[in-house]
Amino acid sequence: MTAALNDVGLIAWRSARRTVRQPANVIAPLVFPLVLLALSSKGLESATRIPGFPTDSFLAFFLPFTFIQGALFAALTAGTDLARDIDTGFLNRLALTPLHGTALLLGQLGGALSQALIQSLIYLGVGTVLGVHVASGPVGILVLVLLALMVSAAFGALGIWIALRTGSGEAVQAQFPVLFFLIILSSMNLPRNLIETDWFRTVATINPVSYMIEGLRSLIIEGWNLQALALGFGISIVAFICGMSLSAFALRKRMART
Amino acid sequence: MTLALTWRQLTILRKNPSLFLPPMLFPLINFTAFAGGLSRLREVPGFDFAGNYTAFVFVFVLLQSAAFGGVFTGFGIARDFERGFARRLMIGATQRSGIVWGYALAALLRWSLVAALVTIVALVAHMQVGGSGIDLFGLYTLAAIVNVTGLLWACGIAMRFRSVQAGPLMQMPIFTVLFLSPVYVPLALLTGWIHAVARLNPITYVVGAGRGLISGEPSHVALAFAVALGMGGLLAVWGLRGLKRAEQIV
Repeated sequence: MTAALNDVGLIAWRSARRTVRQPANVIAPLVFPLVLLALSSKGLESATRIPGFPTDSFLAFFLPFTFIQGALFAALTAGTDLARDIDTGFLNRLALTPLHGTALLLGQLGGALSQALIQSLIYLGVGTVLGVHVASGPVGILVLVLLALMVSAAFGALGIWIALRTGSGEAVQAQFPVLFFLIILSSMNLPRNLIETDWFRTVATINPVSYMIEGLRSLIIEGWNLQALALGFGISIVAFICGMSLSAFALRKRMART
Repeated sequence: MTLALTWRQLTILRKNPSLFLPPMLFPLINFTAFAGGLSRLREVPGFDFAGNYTAFVFVFVLLQSAAFGGVFTGFGIARDFERGFARRLMIGATQRSGIVWGYALAALLRWSLVAALVTIVALVAHMQVGGSGIDLFGLYTLAAIVNVTGLLWACGIAMRFRSVQAGPLMQMPIFTVLFLSPVYVPLALLTGWIHAVARLNPITYVVGAGRGLISGEPSHVALAFAVALGMGGLLAVWGLRGLKRAEQIV
């Protein structure tokens, strides 16, 4: 058990260092969501005047979107890094060691999670400076960061699966529009009960991303909404387990092929 | 030269659907997200637009697709420099400004397909069109000018940097300027710094006139055309000076 944890730690440390050493990996995922936050929070501010809108600050309402978008970038980083390891033969060399596949997959998430942690703290800091008050208090902030990391782990597992399936960094990056579309078809801009278009409301209700956003949002604008939190954590954990299971299967197939 | 280059660009697109899909997908993604998810904004007091929210959003998405259609063609210019094709093109060209106009014509033809698709999707989504044929001609002409303007901006960058790595420099300013206009609600409903910035943003007048044209209540159309043509003129100088810079180095 200790040896397995040690393996995970080593791979995670390598992955985290590799991510942090590439400024493009850190800066773009930080800047782009913040630019969108600045533009959308002001551009959509009048939405708070729709009857039944849950808060009078669209900035507070929209802040969770930055965490989700950050998680998407983290997924692309995790996937691209693993694809590079496949491309350079590093994965094949690892296969010759006693390292367990699960340890490799969990460790590979280290870069995505370290990136997500840095991003979450900065998003929260920027939100606070701009006047967002987290309704659930200091403990809520900790839970918020934890949920953001869980969401990033879920997206990261998906990125790893895509990398193992395709073995190509370009293919991982090409999934950006698809994943972004998944985020857009959620309750990111309006609460689901205020979405007027029927088909969009139905898609947003089916879309797991809605519940991730709503879990994060509940901590910021409502306080402690246990149902939203349970759904946010539950769906993120299920998505993570599904992603890792698919990745483990894909890893076995890839190793068998090589 | 211009027509040959245009034909080449279109052939590349035809043979590489992966180059054509992102410019096609992004406007559709935005249109779906805005028109589907935000239509309730129509109920905000003071939202004074004659058509429905789908028409309101359509104009922005059409102009966005036009601007980004130009930018995506700019990626092609940068790629041509990276692969050495642009160098050979310059050696072979008798009048080199034809290179810029060839890319511009290719961008326009490429965008016209995207515009047709976005329009069809908007009509299927029950977009209300109150404008006459002349109004709509005005709207698409305005968007075509924005398309060429976007291409000229990207062309200037591509010819100065001669690398696809300059892609963010082509995209980000266009993205920012577009989103600093009244995207989701009319200008009067914007508050704070974004209202002040949007009032100074030339794209605001283009978007506003476009929305007037589609709803059949045109306003400030001459101003919008003057602004669009002015930006196009300035960026033509930028693009052609970029060509001169490239000529000196190539």
